[in-house]
Amino acid sequence: MLKFIKHNMETIVGIEIFPLISFIIFFSFFIGLLIYVARLSKPYIDKAGALPLEEDTNSTTTQNPMP
Amino acid sequence: MKIEKFYYDNQIVKMFAYATLLWGLVGMLVGLYAALQLVYPSLSGGIPYTTFGRIRPLHTNAVIFAFVGNGIFTGVYYSLQRLLKTRMWSDMLSKINFWGWQLIIVAAAITLPLGFTTSKEYAELEWPIDIAIAIVWVVFGLNMMMTIVKRRERHLYVAIWFYIATFVTVAVLHIVNSFELPISFMKSYSWYAGVQDALVQWWYGHNAVAFFLTTPYLGLMYYFIPKAANRPIYSYRLSIIHFWALIFLYIWAGPHHLLYTSLPDWAQSLGTVFSLMLIAPSWGGMLNGLLTLRGAWDKVREEPMLKFMVVAVTAYGMSTFEGPMLSIKSINAISHYTDWTIAHVHIGGLGWNGFLTFGMMYWLIPKIFRTKLYSLKLANVHFWLGTLGIVFYALPLYWAAFTQWAMWQEFSRDGFLVYPNFLETVTQILPMYLLRAVGGLLYLSGAIVMIYNLRQTVKSGNFLKDEAAEAAGLEPAYVYHGKEHWHRPLERRPVQLMVISLVVILIGGIVEMVPTFLVKSNIPTIASVKPYTPLELHGRDVYISEGCNNCHSQMVRPFRHETERYGEYSKSGEFVYDHPFLWGSKRTGPDLHRVGGKYPDSWHYNHMIEPERMAPGSIMPVYAWMAKTEIDTTTTAAKINAMRTLGVPYEDGYELVANVDVVAQQQTIVNSLNKDGIKNVAPNTEMIALIAYLQRLGTDIKLQNQTAEK
Repeated sequence: MLKFIKHNMETIVGIEIFPLISFIIFFSFFIGLLIYVARLSKPYIDKAGALPLEEDTNSTTTQNPMP
Repeated sequence: MKIEKFYYDNQIVKMFAYATLLWGLVGMLVGLYAALQLVYPSLSGGIPYTTFGRIRPLHTNAVIFAFVGNGIFTGVYYSLQRLLKTRMWSDMLSKINFWGWQLIIVAAAITLPLGFTTSKEYAELEWPIDIAIAIVWVVFGLNMMMTIVKRRERHLYVAIWFYIATFVTVAVLHIVNSFELPISFMKSYSWYAGVQDALVQWWYGHNAVAFFLTTPYLGLMYYFIPKAANRPIYSYRLSIIHFWALIFLYIWAGPHHLLYTSLPDWAQSLGTVFSLMLIAPSWGGMLNGLLTLRGAWDKVREEPMLKFMVVAVTAYGMSTFEGPMLSIKSINAISHYTDWTIAHVHIGGLGWNGFLTFGMMYWLIPKIFRTKLYSLKLANVHFWLGTLGIVFYALPLYWAAFTQWAMWQEFSRDGFLVYPNFLETVTQILPMYLLRAVGGLLYLSGAIVMIYNLRQTVKSGNFLKDEAAEAAGLEPAYVYHGKEHWHRPLERRPVQLMVISLVVILIGGIVEMVPTFLVKSNIPTIASVKPYTPLELHGRDVYISEGCNNCHSQMVRPFRHETERYGEYSKSGEFVYDHPFLWGSKRTGPDLHRVGGKYPDSWHYNHMIEPERMAPGSIMPVYAWMAKTEIDTTTTAAKINAMRTLGVPYEDGYELVANVDVVAQQQTIVNSLNKDGIKNVAPNTEMIALIAYLQRLGTDIKLQNQTAEK
């Protein structure tokens, strides 16, 4: 009865390599991401994080269009 | 660099904001109407256009694409200009985006009640509208990307990454899921069949939640929460991890909508694993939003806008915890087909999307109208109405879900189902459905209070159409200043960021789909499964057009209580000719996959004319008009041809004689009805076609069993 849902992938040649490939993809993706984020410089982080607040703080926006 | 003067376009923001409010109201009203129909089915009025099966997609589409869609554009058009210190690249494209989107919504609001639907959830709109959506979406994306290109701020804030990923992924999802073969102006068949169609649909459906309801709103969260709290996001590093991890993992999780179905087991497991992993980035994002308010919680007491945001982010956290839990097979066994799923999506919809939109509106409208919010008190009233609305909406549905599931699977000591009649498990939870409607009403009243409040605000204000700003222009070409991090150039080049996002989201989709499409053994064929007869095909189209799949599944899961109740569990090989698949996702009525041959034709006839005749207490709408509405047999040939193109093995030339078989099968059913005392039945009607289809459902395997026994 279970033949319809079991053994679906067994016919693929070299199926054993798939979990390995997946592990490598994910491990490297997340380790790479962590390294990259950890190495970002503090000034950049501060600058980028403050971007939404910029228009309010350094008066680049004026309420009334100047003539 | 020289300081340049420019103007932000507030007009487009205002237009989208108004559209958000209008469609929000419409979407919620339709939702309330649908909710009430479940308790008082006569509210459908006995006409085709207002039956639950057509109204429910109208509600979901209105809320997702009209309310949240316009909400996305409102927030993006406001924040993008400011984050990049530039006006939108093209006012014309902004306007095309606006009017195109509204036209699509109107088209949806007209065609869905008329019964033009593909049946695929959240992708119900037929092919001409699909094309329009693709065009308008590309217009939006082009305008956004060009605005980024001509920006005056070197760095792209993380919100913009979320916008870019949204644009590119929604485009991919929409195009891949909408592959369909048109047979007439408003009718098409899905390119994929059965299991493959289901996989593509839920890859789309899940990621519509991910990339339409989540990533753009996360972008808004990353912009508007710092704005409202007047402090930067808690951790910008965390937001980067949130972004990449989320878009990488989200795309794989689609198969969790198909647990215990005929989808290959490996794909189901993939869906579960990735859904569980999703907790990490989602909660990272939620904490990032909430912790931004550290030391500013006093503001939350005074600012209704922040209250809405806090509840929104909390609801995001709850949904993104609940979602992975629902992806665990044993829990999914309970939630799938019950109201648990409905409760879950409304925590997300009402809490996360709704409240974030409201918070944004309370902040944005006074801002662009250069005034203060008309009444803080009313905003607080709205907040509490909305919050209570969510509670009253969700709790009864959780209760209903557990009750119904417990009743479904209860066996007596002698090994029989305690509630063999499905209807009993429905009437049991009707009080909960009524309470849910009350919750919806509360939420809707809150929204009405908001609209009044904002209207008064607008009246007292003075709209700033073009907001002047100044910023230094960017140097035309980037000058290399020595050592820098590799990601930095990426942030300067939006197109690269887009391409990498695209690659990241494609990996998951490809890994799931390619084997399911190419490896034959994933869908073992069953010799006794034959294509539908032409009349059954017509009947199937009636089933699709009426949206029967909104309440009836066609997928018996391999559980004892389901095989006991419905019959043999569904096999992937049974659906190979199903363009589109009709597995459904909710059982407001019983499963229909094995309904073929279960009742006589006359039972179905009487049941459609008036469900309560055959099932007292039934909440199914009446479908009496089907006995009079004719089917269009001139389309038979086109349908057969289309199916053959899609790989269904009808013999060459069969389309020329198919209508002979139609008439013959109609006559058989009419005779059988006559025998049971139902006289004067018009043969060429939707009723007869639908009966033909229903009587065919799931019988291919039954036939096989009969032969085996002989």
